[in-house]
Amino acid sequence: MSLSVKHLLGIKELQTDDIQTIFRTADNFKQVLQRQIKKVPALRDTTVANIFFENSTRTRISFELAQKRLSADVVNFSASGSSVSKGETLIDTVNNILAMKVDMVVMRHSASGAPWFLANHIDASIINAGDGINEHPTQALLDAFSMREKLGDLKGKRIAIIGDIMHSRVALSNIYCLGKLGAEVMVAGPPTLIPKHIEGLGVKVEHDVKKALQWCEVANVLRIQLERQHKPLFSTLREYALYYGVNKQMLDSLQKEILIMHPGPINRGVEISSDVADSKQSIILDQVENGVAVRMAVIYLLSGKGELAE
Amino acid sequence: MKTLLDTKQLDITLQRLAHQLIENHTQFKDTVLIGIQPRGVWLSDRIAGLLKGITGQPAIPYGKLDITFYRDDVHQGNEMHVPSQTDIPFSIEDKNVVLVDDVLHTGRTIRSAMDALIDYGRPKSVELLVLIDRRFSRELPIQPDYVGQTVDTIITQKVKVYWKEKDQKDEVVLID
Repeated sequence: MSLSVKHLLGIKELQTDDIQTIFRTADNFKQVLQRQIKKVPALRDTTVANIFFENSTRTRISFELAQKRLSADVVNFSASGSSVSKGETLIDTVNNILAMKVDMVVMRHSASGAPWFLANHIDASIINAGDGINEHPTQALLDAFSMREKLGDLKGKRIAIIGDIMHSRVALSNIYCLGKLGAEVMVAGPPTLIPKHIEGLGVKVEHDVKKALQWCEVANVLRIQLERQHKPLFSTLREYALYYGVNKQMLDSLQKEILIMHPGPINRGVEISSDVADSKQSIILDQVENGVAVRMAVIYLLSGKGELAE
Repeated sequence: MKTLLDTKQLDITLQRLAHQLIENHTQFKDTVLIGIQPRGVWLSDRIAGLLKGITGQPAIPYGKLDITFYRDDVHQGNEMHVPSQTDIPFSIEDKNVVLVDDVLHTGRTIRSAMDALIDYGRPKSVELLVLIDRRFSRELPIQPDYVGQTVDTIITQKVKVYWKEKDQKDEVVLID
């Protein structure tokens, strides 16, 4: 049993069985992470490069920790301060890193599709750590893993994704992932932040956040990605918070307790209020904790796939 | 195909192994049993059950250990091994650990198991109990302390252990 893919580029290409295999393996790693000795020697022979062309806190630390817990060797690269600013191309950059006997690449890039492009040009396995507004597969896996931990099998569960759906790679990966696991998905937010024809992916669309909360068992609240919005899509952040932000009053009026998730970084007081983010219903920090176990599972399962550097 | 142990013989052998354990660990005060996933667990389930029956002690600490991430052939095959559950709900610190596996062959699994075990704590001692010992096939200097049956085999042969819980029969066979 191993994965049907050589790379983790997007959830779109995964089989449901792949996702289940990743979860089963992650269960095991989660248990390893609770021991006093939090590492295993499995990937002693593997070197991984984390190549980040875009900023990151959680994802990058999470990947690096996952690699270290697996005993892999790690090199980190960030575009700022590198030769990218001197005009080196993506393929040249990566090939130079691979020439130093690196077996696997974790890449974040601001251009959607960059990992697919790279996969056509190099032999090593690639894990997409977020590409533009397209996919962020490990985030979707850790989100679904965290939901499964709280709710069990996700088949038929109702999940609302609320906020800037248009510019969110987390939203798209979540939609694919939850769909493959049989959950019902609704996206909610202002019409300007929801792509047209998104119903084609099998999701419901709602513009009233309160109705979405009323419908769902889990609300995954997403950040407003101002850095990707090149034209005004709503008037002010204050107005967004007023009409589309998730706050305590709203949750209290539901007469049921739903799980609150957020992939981070949080803009407190915009898409989610502080008292909600820090409430007992919030599993935001569980998501972060699970992220390491899920990434360990992905790296471990893909580690046999690429050509190991000789 | 040759039967090494039939249902009756297997039962007698398991009884003997349980009694030998009791001989060496009279009260099981500081002794814990750990089955190696996936196949050793069927044997350790039986042994744990027998010990409970014979000693009348309700709870001899009993755990299961997965060794997938400690194998020395992680990247040798094409497939990655998907792990089974490790479940050791007690501390092994300063305990006498009895590792349990069904067939001892090259010794590589046991080497991995000892590495895995030590990541859970520092046991006082580690012993090894196996149902079948394929002697002369060892690739590492590892020997069992309790043996159900010793067999002489060549590398192309296979020893298969059937348990009635999963295979509807208790039997050990040697396949050519």
